Amino acid sequence: MGLVVEGTALGAPQGSHPEPWVVGSNHSQAGGGHGSSISGIQIVTFKWHHVEAPYLIALWILVAGVSKMVVELNHSLTSVIPESALLICIGWILGGIIYGADKVQTFSLTPTVFFFYLLPQVILDAGYFMPNKLFFSNMGAILVYAVIGTCWNAATVGLSLWGCWLGGAMGDIDIGLLQFLLFGSLIAAVDPVAVIAVFEEVHVNEVLFIMVFGESLLNDGVTVVLFNVFDAFVSLGGAEIDAVEIIKGIISFFVVAFGGSLVGIIFALLISLLTRCTKNIQIIEPGFIFVLGYLSYLTAEMLSLSAILSIVFCGICCQKYINANMDERSVTTVRYVMKVIANGSETIIFVFLGISAIDPAIWVWNTGFILLTLLFIFVFRFIGVFLLTWILNKYRLVPLEFIDQVVMSYGGLRGAVAYGLVAMLDENKFNEKNLMVSTTLIVVYFTVMLQGITMKPLVTWLKVKRAAVTELTLAEKIQNRTFDHMLVAIEDISGQIGHNYMRDKWHNFEERWLCWFLMKPSARKSRDYIFNIFHQLNLKDAISYVKEGERRGSLAFVRNETKADVDFNKKFRANFSEIMPDIMADNMGPDHVPLSSILQDIVPSVCLDMHELDLKMRESEDFNAHHLLQQHLYRGRKQHRHRYSRSHLETNKDENEVQEIFERTMRSRLESFKSAKMGVAPAKKIQTKHQKKDKPQKMPNGNSTDKSKNHPYGDKDFEFSEGDSASGGEAAGGSFPMRAYRAEAGIVNPAFMAEMDPMDNMQQMQQIPHAALLPQTLTSFDP
Amino acid sequence: MGALQSLPDEPEYRDLSEKTGFSFEQIGILHKRFKQLSHNEDTLRRDDLNTIPDLACNPIRTQIIEAFFDKRNFHQNGEGTVQEISFEEFLVVMSHFRPPALNMTEEQRENIRREKLRFLFNMHDTDNDGTITLEEYRHVVEELLSRSGALGKETAKGIADAAMLEVASISVGHMEPDEFYEGITFEHFLKILKDIEIETRMNIRFLNMDTTNLCNDWRQERPQRQRFEWLERKT
Repeated sequence: MGLVVEGTALGAPQGSHPEPWVVGSNHSQAGGGHGSSISGIQIVTFKWHHVEAPYLIALWILVAGVSKMVVELNHSLTSVIPESALLICIGWILGGIIYGADKVQTFSLTPTVFFFYLLPQVILDAGYFMPNKLFFSNMGAILVYAVIGTCWNAATVGLSLWGCWLGGAMGDIDIGLLQFLLFGSLIAAVDPVAVIAVFEEVHVNEVLFIMVFGESLLNDGVTVVLFNVFDAFVSLGGAEIDAVEIIKGIISFFVVAFGGSLVGIIFALLISLLTRCTKNIQIIEPGFIFVLGYLSYLTAEMLSLSAILSIVFCGICCQKYINANMDERSVTTVRYVMKVIANGSETIIFVFLGISAIDPAIWVWNTGFILLTLLFIFVFRFIGVFLLTWILNKYRLVPLEFIDQVVMSYGGLRGAVAYGLVAMLDENKFNEKNLMVSTTLIVVYFTVMLQGITMKPLVTWLKVKRAAVTELTLAEKIQNRTFDHMLVAIEDISGQIGHNYMRDKWHNFEERWLCWFLMKPSARKSRDYIFNIFHQLNLKDAISYVKEGERRGSLAFVRNETKADVDFNKKFRANFSEIMPDIMADNMGPDHVPLSSILQDIVPSVCLDMHELDLKMRESEDFNAHHLLQQHLYRGRKQHRHRYSRSHLETNKDENEVQEIFERTMRSRLESFKSAKMGVAPAKKIQTKHQKKDKPQKMPNGNSTDKSKNHPYGDKDFEFSEGDSASGGEAAGGSFPMRAYRAEAGIVNPAFMAEMDPMDNMQQMQQIPHAALLPQTLTSFDP
Repeated sequence: MGALQSLPDEPEYRDLSEKTGFSFEQIGILHKRFKQLSHNEDTLRRDDLNTIPDLACNPIRTQIIEAFFDKRNFHQNGEGTVQEISFEEFLVVMSHFRPPALNMTEEQRENIRREKLRFLFNMHDTDNDGTITLEEYRHVVEELLSRSGALGKETAKGIADAAMLEVASISVGHMEPDEFYEGITFEHFLKILKDIEIETRMNIRFLNMDTTNLCNDWRQERPQRQRFEWLERKT
């Protein structure tokens, strides 16, 4: 991007103060003894200049954080006015205070700081949390909007302004066509930071969001090229421009865009490969992600390619593999740190956008220029979006509705990137730089504040389809998977190469080659999507089970009588009743369990009827409640209990513990079979069958504890940057009553289901009715 | 593959177009494909569909193929399965995947949704008793997971059971201890899947241009040609 280094960092003051590193002799009271005569040993000295730069930086970060806190104090205010607008206002106030104190602008948002230290993490966050499936399925449309839309905006705004200038609407300013085009190109781009900030309050439907958001990210390729090309043209002067230069400009677009993406993809590969080998240094694993992401940004910048595209694709491509490869805690760390620094940077950006305005030196007011700019970007945005959508809808399977188009046009917000670019202009080449800066600031304020405030009411008024808040049920997720396969199959049958066919082919390729290359072997095993969903649900149930037990205050987890005896298949009960009529009665001795509770086991569960067992526990002396607890709840210990929370899922990473529990229960089950005395041979058959079946089950079980935590928007699990896990909590709470009854479906589940196939066991059951019916329940009846 | 017969006349297409909503060009292309799959006969059999190479790695291919031969999907209120289907029935089944037109009333959209969901439901409800029982659902999940290999029947069962329990809790709410849940009825099915916008998801694009020759020549024809060449060389 050809930055002009301004020479001062964020915190360093401009102008009036001397260089911080030179402690001159005019500072008599401080200065650590350089140069000035020392009159005696000073016990304490005030060494301001010693710490000035880092102190100011840290102080500003603190101020930004406190502003955010102040803004969020009143929730009713933030629901009307977007946070970004309020932060800008606070920036104004702060800027006013500083100006009042110093009479000159000492702090402002400099391009260096913005582009090197504040923007990369926001974009990395965007890329890392990008819902890939949604993004790539709409990629065509996004690219059309990003490339053609931005070029259209740049051209029309620039040319219209030029036309108006020729017509004399702006009075007398020293500017030319090329400068207008340059201005148009930097003001045309939709800004990702602003889009995130505004759209996160307004939960529009996912397709709409991904369109605007994707466009804001991908248009950097175009913006960079246009900016550089027109900057070069302005330097060359109008006379030097000929067809060759224009062609070079067009070629540079492709090079910059694809080159930038390629750099990002290469770094994504590096990150994935690296995380594959970091098993022994899990504690610093997360650091690699950030460092390599930042390096991808800088590398692209170094090669004059599109840095934003690079870091976006780095985040997009690596998310799946690093989530699979890294330890669960590292994944959580990466997610949270990413959010912290992205949010922090966003806050600082907006505060400083406000502060930068408080400087009379930069303000040049030209009514015509400013008003016309506002008008043109607004109008041409609408025209551009509608035109492109009309063309796109002919080719899209699901056309974009009119209302969505309106919101998309209205959501074309300009932000800090435009300001950064305009601040980078050279005053010597651009005589009207201050005018452009002022105009850009006003445009940014207009879009972020006015359009931000009115976005939510507009969306509500137009009845735009909103994002689904509730989590998908397991059934829906299964159906989604079925759809994918079904659509591929129909495309195959009808003989067409379609979208689904391509996606399927890519999927196969990726599974065969990329996952083999980039994922750890252990991660590869537990990749299956539906199993992961199931696994997550089991974990949630286990957690809510623990919570419920804690809530009742009892370690024994006594449950209420009205358990839902959701017996799916009457057939089983009927079959059992024919074979074993004597067991149907409920009042048996201590070591018999009623049939009804056994049939609950059709739903996979480790131990079913805790209450009845509890009673029996008290009856039989040798029963050990602690033993029961140990079997069915792996982390009964205090220090782990309170760490379970709805917002972050801490899985049971202790494979050894799971295995140990499993082995213990297996052992007890074997013993119970031996004690059944129903004939050695059939009993042995069941044992070996269980052993054989369960042992291989252990592997995926134990290792599947580290799984990918994906937040695919396509599965309606999208988490906006603020993390609305609260809504996830409520949704779970609502379905709790049913979940509790499956709550024992813990991690060991699939293994215990090995023998619960009544159909298979039918034959054995006829011979060993008694023992076979008591597979799981007998675990607790360990004499 | 140049030995295609000339396409049928327009009047037949007109009826089919009205019935299924495809355009003439789309019907023509699908007819070509039909003839290709059935080796120029008038009826299609299961084996013909089984020979499509790309379909072999699809986990739910048996269910899809069965859906083509399921009378319930022919919109003629029939039941049971047939052994072979004609082009018309092929088209009717395909029409379930047609994208809805741009301007539709809410009612039309709802009808289309019901139709597509009915297709799905029929695909799962193999014994045609009007409910998807636990066994049938287990079968569905097993097939879906069959590609992953190692996970096995037990996991599939667990997942299917969990899903059924969810459906039960959503559709029926709290149940008394002696009640039992027979299976997912069509109404429950609609209820669970009402948030999935099936009218936008369950579509494929039927092209108006004939690209079938391109991909099919490449996908299917070459192995056969090579085989014949080898035979010829031998003789």
